[in-house]
Amino acid sequence: MKHNEKNIIFGLYDDEEYLLAAIRRANDDHLQIMDVLTPFPVHGLDPLLHLAESRLHIGGFVYGMIGTLTAFLGMTWIHTRDWPQIFGGKPYWAILSFVPITFELTVLFASIGMVVTFYVINGQGPGITNPIIHPGITDDKFCIAFQTDGLAPAEVDDFRKFFNSTGASLVETKTM
Amino acid sequence: MGAGVVTSPIREPLVKGHKTYHQITEDLCSPTERAPSRAWTIAFIVAVSALTFGVTCILITIWVGIGTWRLNRTIGWGWDITNFVWWIGIGHAGTLISAILLLFRQKWRTGVNRAAEAMTIFAVICAAMFPMIHVGRIWVTFFFFPYPNTRGPVWPNFNSPLLWDLFAISTYFTVSLLFWYTGLVPDFATVRDRAKGFRKKLYTFLAFGWTGAAKHWQRHESLSLVLAGLATPLVLSVHTIVSFDFATSVIPGWHTTIFPPYFVAGAIFSGFAMVQTLMVITRKVLNLQEYITIGHIESMNKVILVTGTIVGVAYLTELFIAWYSGYVYEQFAFFNRALGPYWWSYFGMMTCNVLSPQLFWSQKIRRNVTMTFFMSIFVNIGMWFERFVIIATTLARDYLPSSWSFYVPSIVEVGIFIGTLGIFFTFYLIFVRVAPVVAIAEIKHILKKAGDQYAQQNATSTYQQVESGNMELAAAGHGDDDHGNAHH
Repeated sequence: MKHNEKNIIFGLYDDEEYLLAAIRRANDDHLQIMDVLTPFPVHGLDPLLHLAESRLHIGGFVYGMIGTLTAFLGMTWIHTRDWPQIFGGKPYWAILSFVPITFELTVLFASIGMVVTFYVINGQGPGITNPIIHPGITDDKFCIAFQTDGLAPAEVDDFRKFFNSTGASLVETKTM
Repeated sequence: MGAGVVTSPIREPLVKGHKTYHQITEDLCSPTERAPSRAWTIAFIVAVSALTFGVTCILITIWVGIGTWRLNRTIGWGWDITNFVWWIGIGHAGTLISAILLLFRQKWRTGVNRAAEAMTIFAVICAAMFPMIHVGRIWVTFFFFPYPNTRGPVWPNFNSPLLWDLFAISTYFTVSLLFWYTGLVPDFATVRDRAKGFRKKLYTFLAFGWTGAAKHWQRHESLSLVLAGLATPLVLSVHTIVSFDFATSVIPGWHTTIFPPYFVAGAIFSGFAMVQTLMVITRKVLNLQEYITIGHIESMNKVILVTGTIVGVAYLTELFIAWYSGYVYEQFAFFNRALGPYWWSYFGMMTCNVLSPQLFWSQKIRRNVTMTFFMSIFVNIGMWFERFVIIATTLARDYLPSSWSFYVPSIVEVGIFIGTLGIFFTFYLIFVRVAPVVAIAEIKHILKKAGDQYAQQNATSTYQQVESGNMELAAAGHGDDDHGNAHH
């Protein structure tokens, strides 16, 4: 983020109702929204922004399957090939006994995998600082941001007009 | 959404005091921003003293050996495993509130889930200590884990419930921690954007660079939902496996098939009691009565009533099956539990776990904070006795009367238990100073559905819609909202 700085114009709204109405207006006016930032997940936002459904859960399934196979094949190899041992007269390949650990590792791999993926694709993690557009966004302000790089001043004024007509309580430009 | 959402007029508001989004931020962040109160400081000193005493006793155990405990020939498990099962059980309420109630769309969970999840993590830390110290040689506990080694390689026995337990508890701890922290990240960002100086640096690190972008929220909700879906069977599996430690043995009184469901119900029961103990104090000290309302307390008391009754039915079923089995050793085990040398612990367990929660059939008592507090303490005592009854009374009477023995804990064993209470409360007290105790973003999210000013408005609009014969519209709008929650 730091190396490619962007010029933006953003507006803050006081309520998610205003935000949703403004996004509908922006869509009607064919304005290209860069990002929308909110203090909590606002439902109804994703279809308006044409955000595709997250595929994170597919990743979770794949990680889980890796866990399942690791556990089951690992225990199978250890108890039938590497060091076969009889416990309580049971067979070497005691499938039922492997169920609990197979389940636990499925959950463990799926959870760790999904959480790590989540932070990596979000560009977040320990020690990472992303530019903050406005401190009110994590409090009670709902933000729409447009990128203004390479736009004529008149076009930037269009954004300003858009914000003023949709009830934004604060409009500012920023380089970040 | 907002005012268009239809909420049943009989639903109690979950956020009181006509809050705005900004007020929610103020109310929930301020405990982390002001200097600690005198009550907090005193509580912290007491907790750290208990912790120090406990750590000393643990060091004595490690240095001198398990001989400092009064375990003997037949009683190989005493306070150690009693405390282990007790703490693990307490942890289960956090996962139940955060995961199962999320799947069931119980909105009241938002008021208490953060603190309950924190409690889960601290309780599991306390629990996990006992298996490590009770083996006597803590420096070789890494042998528990399967890893390629030069001793053969020798692997652990994957058919053993004790090893299943190791995997269950480590997975449970990891998943709970990830789930909890992921929920905390947006709230740490809120604290970060208000903080100055050193606190700014601290919370910038803790917030992981959270910005609140729409796509991030979408992924965040998707992640929370899947983690909840994973944590739900996980929490059931963990206490099932803990019960396997007993149920897969061949000890009369232990090898019963009722153990898994009965342990899970007991775990939720004791966990909710501990959540009540903490919440009743926390809401008062941090002035959060408008977020953790009497309605929240009543809901949790209902869960205590249901799970307490399930536990009671399980106790009676056990007794009946022992008699019905016609198996003399099983019959003796239960006769001995109720009327043997440890009769008082059985009596304590029955009174605290089966009889006392029945008071919660009365709504007046369910909504009484003082009663709730004392009941929660009772239930915790009762559930501790349950584990003690299962473990010590059973082992005290072996097959041969010549092997019968008795067990009283040593000061070191008692000290370690007090120490875990110290560890638990020390962590909890630090947590309430560092992190918002109530999930800020989640409360803001439900405000327009469950805030008192909106609940009133929604109720009126529902009424008007029904009056004007617009029922279908109202129903469709509601269905749409549920879909919105679940669509990831």
